Amino acid sequence: MELDNIEKLLEKYFEASTTVVEEEQLRDYFSQEKVATHLEQYRPMFNYFSNAKEERYTKQVPLKPRVNFYKWISVAAVAVLAFGIYFGNEYQEKKKAEYAYQETKKAFELLAENFGRGTEKVAYLKEFEEAKQKIYNNN
Amino acid sequence: MKQAEFLNVVMPFKDKLYRLAKRLLVSREEAEDATQEILLKLWSKNESMAEYKNIEAFAMTMTKNFCLDRLKSKQAGNLKLVHSNYSDESTSLQHQLEAEDSVSWMERIMEELPEQQKMVLQLRDVEQYEFDEICELLDMKPTAVRVALSRARKTVRQELIKKHSYGIG
Repeated sequence: MELDNIEKLLEKYFEASTTVVEEEQLRDYFSQEKVATHLEQYRPMFNYFSNAKEERYTKQVPLKPRVNFYKWISVAAVAVLAFGIYFGNEYQEKKKAEYAYQETKKAFELLAENFGRGTEKVAYLKEFEEAKQKIYNNN
Repeated sequence: MKQAEFLNVVMPFKDKLYRLAKRLLVSREEAEDATQEILLKLWSKNESMAEYKNIEAFAMTMTKNFCLDRLKSKQAGNLKLVHSNYSDESTSLQHQLEAEDSVSWMERIMEELPEQQKMVLQLRDVEQYEFDEICELLDMKPTAVRVALSRARKTVRQELIKKHSYGIG
């Protein structure tokens, strides 16, 4: 590209009235090996802009569906709660049944004890009967 | 929107987000953090993303706002550090080292521009956005964009000429 044109473009460039295409021409011109000596001072500027565009973002971004995470936590919490209530009730019922069983057993034991006392007394009676029989038989 | 789909949408412009963030925040780590933050924010909005006409412009505006906020809070934080004398020495050392390299000159020159000019210059001369896109991204009037751009370019030229004549003479 002719020098005249570049000088004109530069002038427009500093007034910020160049188009993107014209600026591209400027960058192209200054990326060449040979640049007019009196324009050499602008070279770092345009080269810098070209270089700056090469910079890349290389870090990995951890994209986790964070919103879903909270949703599932609440679902899990509800499940645990329902489980707890259900099994808690069952456990309590079992406890109650056990208690009732223990009480009944105690009652039966009491009964059995009293019966036992009754039979003991009957045992005496039996002894008495035997003795009586012996006396009858001997006489 | 599925993850693969999201990545396809975001991939083409994620470098632009990063470069804008780096232009404003200067530090590479901070720019990376900012970019990640923006991408995560976009991802959390992925269900409503189809509604945006121009996701790239939206993301760029988000990045701009995020970085400006970050700068503001950093400045506020820096005010508390009254005695930061030690930074002087390191910058001058850095300056000496960087003076070797004209590309680093440019970096330094651009660092010293006001934020708005920085952004306009970045968007136009590095990313080659059209004027109306820049107006939309930065929420500025077309004339204001032109003025800022012209000022930024002229400042860069002036600084370059200064450095250039040092370099030769």
